[in-house]
Amino acid sequence: MEEIIQHLTPLFKEISGYIYPNEIELHWSLLVVIYPYLTGLVAGAFILASLVKVFNVTALKPVYRISLLTALAFMLVAPLSLLAHLGHPEKSYEILLTPNLTSAMAMFGFVYMWYLMAVLLQEIWFDYRKDLILWAQKERGIKKWLYKCASLFSKDISEKALKFDDKAEKVITILGIPSAFVLHGYVGFIFGSVKANPFWSSVLMPIVFLFSAIVSGIALVLLIYMVVTPLRNKVMDTKCLDTLASFLFYAMIVDFSLEILDFIHRIYESEESIHILSELVAGKLQFSLIVVQLIIGMIIPLALIAGVKMFNTPVELKRLLYFVSALLVQVGIFFTRWNVVIGGQLFSKSFRGLTAYKMNILGIEGLLVSIAILLLPFLILYVLFKFLPPWGETHVTTQPESS
Amino acid sequence: MKLPWKKLPEQIRRLAVVSLFLVVLPFIVRSILVPSDFGKYGHYRASAVDEIIAMEIKYAGHQVCYDCHDEEVESKQAGVHKNVSCEICHGPAAAHSEDDEIELIAPRDRDSCPLCHEYLSSRPTGFPQIVSDSHEPMKACISCHDPHNPKSEKSTECEACHTEIANTKSLSKHVNIACKECHETPDAHKTQPRMFLPGKPVNREFCGRCHAETAPSDKDIPRIEMETHEEAYVCWQCHYPHLPEAE
Amino acid sequence: MKKNLPNKSQNVNRRKFIKNLVLAVTAFSVPAVLTAKEQLKRMQSWILGKDYNPFDHYWGMGIDINKCIGCGRCADACKQENDVPSEPFFFRTWVERYRIFHDGEVRVDSPNGAVDGFKKQNIEKGKVTIRSFFVPKICNHCDNPPCVQVCPVGATFITPDGVVLVDSDYCIGCRYCIQACPYGARYIDPIKKTAEKCTFCYHRVVQGLVPACVEVCPTQARVFGEVKKKASPLVRFMRMNKIGVLKPALNTEPKVYYANLDMEVN
Repeated sequence: MEEIIQHLTPLFKEISGYIYPNEIELHWSLLVVIYPYLTGLVAGAFILASLVKVFNVTALKPVYRISLLTALAFMLVAPLSLLAHLGHPEKSYEILLTPNLTSAMAMFGFVYMWYLMAVLLQEIWFDYRKDLILWAQKERGIKKWLYKCASLFSKDISEKALKFDDKAEKVITILGIPSAFVLHGYVGFIFGSVKANPFWSSVLMPIVFLFSAIVSGIALVLLIYMVVTPLRNKVMDTKCLDTLASFLFYAMIVDFSLEILDFIHRIYESEESIHILSELVAGKLQFSLIVVQLIIGMIIPLALIAGVKMFNTPVELKRLLYFVSALLVQVGIFFTRWNVVIGGQLFSKSFRGLTAYKMNILGIEGLLVSIAILLLPFLILYVLFKFLPPWGETHVTTQPESS
Repeated sequence: MKLPWKKLPEQIRRLAVVSLFLVVLPFIVRSILVPSDFGKYGHYRASAVDEIIAMEIKYAGHQVCYDCHDEEVESKQAGVHKNVSCEICHGPAAAHSEDDEIELIAPRDRDSCPLCHEYLSSRPTGFPQIVSDSHEPMKACISCHDPHNPKSEKSTECEACHTEIANTKSLSKHVNIACKECHETPDAHKTQPRMFLPGKPVNREFCGRCHAETAPSDKDIPRIEMETHEEAYVCWQCHYPHLPEAE
Repeated sequence: MKKNLPNKSQNVNRRKFIKNLVLAVTAFSVPAVLTAKEQLKRMQSWILGKDYNPFDHYWGMGIDINKCIGCGRCADACKQENDVPSEPFFFRTWVERYRIFHDGEVRVDSPNGAVDGFKKQNIEKGKVTIRSFFVPKICNHCDNPPCVQVCPVGATFITPDGVVLVDSDYCIGCRYCIQACPYGARYIDPIKKTAEKCTFCYHRVVQGLVPACVEVCPTQARVFGEVKKKASPLVRFMRMNKIGVLKPALNTEPKVYYANLDMEVN
């Protein structure tokens, strides 16, 4: 109680205009910014992986398994941020037991479970099954048993069984693309369907979320590949990098167009809320929306990659520019989420004033916990890389080319 | 003989076992953890309503006061405060009605009455208001007004309700013109004010009865030439009739 | 044939595994069974228990803006009756003051939700007020409540008599309902960490009393009653006045009806 008073009282000074008295507390904080950011990375990384399996983009083969494991690592952490944000995380099981079928949020459990269990884990399992069996034969002790359990005590590595794996994987990926679209489009829907909030309420919201997810997922895999490969003393596959950067570029063009469309549409329709939203964008969101999201996170990386594509760039410089672009894109997409989640709560539903957000440092909703949640996937990824090496050195030789 | 189960590829059989378990488990958990009264009336726990209605009542309601405090109630029922519930001034009384050892508040200072009666331009016209800074600033309200049956010293005519207008008019040369001179008022207006509305002057000639060049009124009254003085407007678009001296 | 051999030993493993799992699940569910039993004991029929049949009623509220004097007694009584924290961040009902100036500026305020009333008239230099009035605000107990629609677990619901309530035992504190409410009528209880809102003083209504805010309104600006019965004071109120609701375009179908509502109110 005391801390809530201490947290809220200074906010009075930062309010402009009139807000409803209950609106002084901003309800969805940093943790809820992180949640769509993480699921976006999951969906984006998965869609990147599906480019290899479904669309036969062979240049991306080196990052296929990396993107699958990245998706898994971030998927495991994503619900943590939501859980930590709940007033009563210990009651969260109710969302699975008595889901209110009219609630967009109640579908979370099902969408999440479906995606994790039916898509991501199965695809990884089929892809790794043969390796798991081989590793189980090679290793000893606990590790042997871990691999055995992971392979569900499967034994069959005949030519026929492996062919079946490959086919199953393809089917799951085809199923997985719409699932990944649902996973993140659905997160967009949670916001886009709130009719009380004109900043959120938009049919475009799920689609904008989806494309920004693809952008962030590709950029993340690019970053991980560029960091991990030199650490393993291996040479980066330039063709793979170029292809990744190309897909990043195209996804960004679509994302950018959608965001501009949304912007123009709002201004052109000029509904009741336009005054307060203009005030918001020109004021409290000016830096995070226009400077960070639009210029740093979108226009500069677009220009950099376009530059690399247009001019004959030396490999070293090219890598540097790709790396910088992908990094800027991450910052940009994080602030895209920030601007939606926090920005959408910075104005009063009376449309007569702006509220304020003050980030906590300590405490469950604070900055430190959020940083921990953002770093945790990388820790999980490290473990996954150790346990399920995705480098594919053994993999490539036995896997029949699917093209 | 091979069972159809055995015909499935090994991978599928293994996944099927895990999947079956994962599908069945939630149903088992659900049957155990969901409260038994969930869904009785709708998608909620029916006993939640019991918990909500079990809350303690603090405001007893005005009827309860009438059981004991005859004198005050009688006096209150006779006056303009008859619809003002006792608990507005005396606070929540449910506990007191159970146990009269628990005493209620009886505000006697100058802070309470102005909550309703301090002048605020947002308050509805006619609601009795004072500016407490200039209204007998040294006296407690109850030294002049009986809180149960407050009376205004003024008449029970128009001013009783339209105090704000009366106060304004009192500053004007128009103070001596009776309200009914300009507002034709049906008697029923007093009992059903919103159903039977008073009339209002409708044309320039009405004001002209006094203010026209040729009007047979007192010489000191300001005159205008009706034909040329802002002939496109009616008088009260520029002059407030209750205080025409105002800029 | 070859495959059968390892499978057998696996079968044993699997059986073991399943047995352990069953044990684990039972161990986990024992406390849950106990709480479910406990809840069953507490459960009593609220229809028979209080001599009140919710299916016989349908509640709503009328608010006449022309009658509101902005004393804020409603906001104060609500906090006392419902144990709403006294801090100025939590309100189930509040009163707003609107001042519309000649230059088109609209100024709205509600200092501490009007729990302490409105203090003396502040004089705005060079400003000419053309309209000014008070607007009491409260949960609209919508017929089509967005808060109930979005609650993921069924912790907020609409009763058969049309009152939107929160089950604070079941609420997980996700705050989606607060985001979905267009009227700012909900808050998170700082101690319980669950959503809270106006209940129409449901604990009073089932006993035949009116909500506390209606009880203490000195000018009868608030009218509580049946929406659908002919002899109800609310129905009379709706017949005698021109009625408006807040944010009608959102199709929430509020059951708080305002008489003499100004276009600036939202």
